[in-house]
Amino acid sequence: MLNLLSGFVEELRRAGLPVSLTEHLDAAEAVHHIPIEDREALKYALGATMVKSASHWHAFETAFDIYFARGLGTGEDGTPGPGAPGQGDESRLPGDQRGQQGGGAMDQTTPEELAALLYQALLQGDQPLMRVVARQAVTRFAGIEPGRPVGGTYYLYRTLRNLDLDAVLARLVGQAKREREDEGDLSMLDERLLGDEYRGRIDQLKKAVEDEIRRRLVEDRGAEALAKSIRKPLPEDLDVMHATRDELATLQRALRPLSRKLAVRLARRRRHRRRGPLDFRATVRRSLSTGGVPVEPRFRHPRPAKPEIVVIADISGSVASFARFTLHLVYAIQSQFSKVRSFVFVDGLDEVTRFFERADDPADAVQKINTEADVVWVDGHSDYGHALGVFFDHFGGEVTHRTSVLVLGDARNNYHASEDWVLAELRKKARHLYWLNPEPKDYWGSGDSIISEYGRHCDAVVECRTLRQLERFVGDLE
Amino acid sequence: MTTTSDPLGLGNIGPARFDSIPTVRDGLAEVGYLADEGIAGVVYLADRLAKPVLVEGPAGTGKTQLAKSVAELTGSRLIRLQCYEGLDESKALYEWNYRKQLLRIQAGQVLAESDLGSGPDHHSPTWAELEEDIFSEDFLLTRPLLEAIRADTPVVLLVDEVDRVELETEALLLEVLSEYQVSIPELGTVQATRLPMVFLTSNNTRELSEALKRRCLYLHIDYPDIDRERAIIRRKVPGISDELADQVARIVRSLRTIDLRKLPSVSETLDWARTLVVLGISSIDATTARESLNILLKYQSDIDKAAKELLSATDA
Repeated sequence: MLNLLSGFVEELRRAGLPVSLTEHLDAAEAVHHIPIEDREALKYALGATMVKSASHWHAFETAFDIYFARGLGTGEDGTPGPGAPGQGDESRLPGDQRGQQGGGAMDQTTPEELAALLYQALLQGDQPLMRVVARQAVTRFAGIEPGRPVGGTYYLYRTLRNLDLDAVLARLVGQAKREREDEGDLSMLDERLLGDEYRGRIDQLKKAVEDEIRRRLVEDRGAEALAKSIRKPLPEDLDVMHATRDELATLQRALRPLSRKLAVRLARRRRHRRRGPLDFRATVRRSLSTGGVPVEPRFRHPRPAKPEIVVIADISGSVASFARFTLHLVYAIQSQFSKVRSFVFVDGLDEVTRFFERADDPADAVQKINTEADVVWVDGHSDYGHALGVFFDHFGGEVTHRTSVLVLGDARNNYHASEDWVLAELRKKARHLYWLNPEPKDYWGSGDSIISEYGRHCDAVVECRTLRQLERFVGDLE
Repeated sequence: MTTTSDPLGLGNIGPARFDSIPTVRDGLAEVGYLADEGIAGVVYLADRLAKPVLVEGPAGTGKTQLAKSVAELTGSRLIRLQCYEGLDESKALYEWNYRKQLLRIQAGQVLAESDLGSGPDHHSPTWAELEEDIFSEDFLLTRPLLEAIRADTPVVLLVDEVDRVELETEALLLEVLSEYQVSIPELGTVQATRLPMVFLTSNNTRELSEALKRRCLYLHIDYPDIDRERAIIRRKVPGISDELADQVARIVRSLRTIDLRKLPSVSETLDWARTLVVLGISSIDATTARESLNILLKYQSDIDKAAKELLSATDA
């Protein structure tokens, strides 16, 4: 058990979770206190001792499913889940389920029977039956080839495509509708609720299929090898530029609390950086209760200068997903500081402060900016030089020694003129000038990237591809 | 009886509070807190490992209530430290009662000068005696953390919204959380005689320090699944019919799948269910839902969006 745990901890660390030695020891200690055959309890014990952030839970769960595979968790043979991946085999179905289906060789169910079973399982929300169906479906459709170093995404896709869950969902909802027809029409609300109910069950089924595929892959290649194939970066380490659609959704969810966090932190730093000067009056007044001894000095509230922030963001296609995030970030900043002005550009430039001021949902604002902002001047390919020039002509006068200027973009200028004098001028006038670049540092300066030309004039050029980097940058911001 | 493990070498730290995970869950259910597997498991482990629990999760999912319920279940006193920006040592741990000390010194002078208390063996106190005197427990004002440590009755310590204090102030908690002791320079170290159960809650407005997290068990309480939510509604809203409870739970679940600014919490769900019961509504239709959405959702944009997603086609 301890060996297995060590392997598991190793895997967590490889996946990026910061598991310290103390936490490892705690986990080992915790395992002693729980009934060993209880897989759920084991999961929560390990989670509580080693996973200290909700955003890491998914990575933990994935690793847990691999190292402490289910299939053994149904408990029919009494062996504990841990240590046993590789023992599961097709014939070990829960007895009652086998009975229901008239027993016999499971591999010989026809697709029609399988479809009927699937329908039943979903209709009744019958979890054991779902697992049986998942097992069957994987055997029949996934076509797992032993020894291939894959994570199973393709197997999952193949299985689900054959099950055609969308059609099943439509049938389920249709049937429910028909059943209720005599009670009067099904309202929109009821229909939606029914749909959600069945969608929830289908998600359970998908999960069961995924579990089953993972279990077989573990059997095939061992936990460690599989864990390596399906390891994914943690949400804060995802590369914003190259995230898949699912990953983007994860990021989007992670971003909202992050922007709130950043806002709180920025506000707090501003308020608590220093104590103000001694408030003599209040101190004397206070000292009266201690017989004239000034025991507790009183201080005035500090009055930090109000920083002004100007954000200039590239929202062209090449950095579209990055831009979306920076816009969310701008929203967070804007709700926190009194004077924030934001501009977006492709080859033309437009001020978008107004969109943020009116919206109370950042997603709306981003949506509006993408559709309404007037950012195309000639052909809709980024032209940093022209955009910066326009900015300087129209708004250059408003940049003062209190202003921090942030430029967001990859500095891929399509071989237009760089006009980097604008940045030189801005640097002279502004308090700080930062450039956030969503490209990996290795690519800077390759092709039409002229980041070095611009970077010369900036206080700092920061690589900013992940939430973690973004967070660090804003944390250091003053 | 099994005893709690003793990794700290504290000796007498009291008997284990719970026998098994199911007893925790049943016990909590008796005092009106419906815990899921994870919550019960972590509470059980916290007792066994003598570790604090850091509870995170969206607002209104019963983080604070968990601590209260555990206190009720174990018959312990609940000591609560509400965190806020600017919380410091003198509010969290202990403070010397300056006024009383000053009074003591002045009284000593007066007594000495007027010879009121003079007897044959009277002498004015030396500085050392005086110091020992004014830095004794009589002049100590205990604050929640020290109080929880010194208590000789069972105690549940709740450190609420720990993410509100500054990073530096967090360090104050570390000694209490890992060693169950408080060091007072003038008095020495105060060691817990009975280990309190400690719960820290956080709304995750900032990342807590690694040091703090390392010392705690971590529990993330998310929105409950539909079965648990239904059970909670039935439990907490007297007089609600099973059908209505089911409907409420299902509507709330659907709402939580929409991308809203603030998702409805459990407490808001309960408020909504109570309102429906008071209004004498036995079944929710589109109109009632629309009219009472403002109890569940707190932003106009959210209300509009939810109405559009869930109800719009009924207009057509």
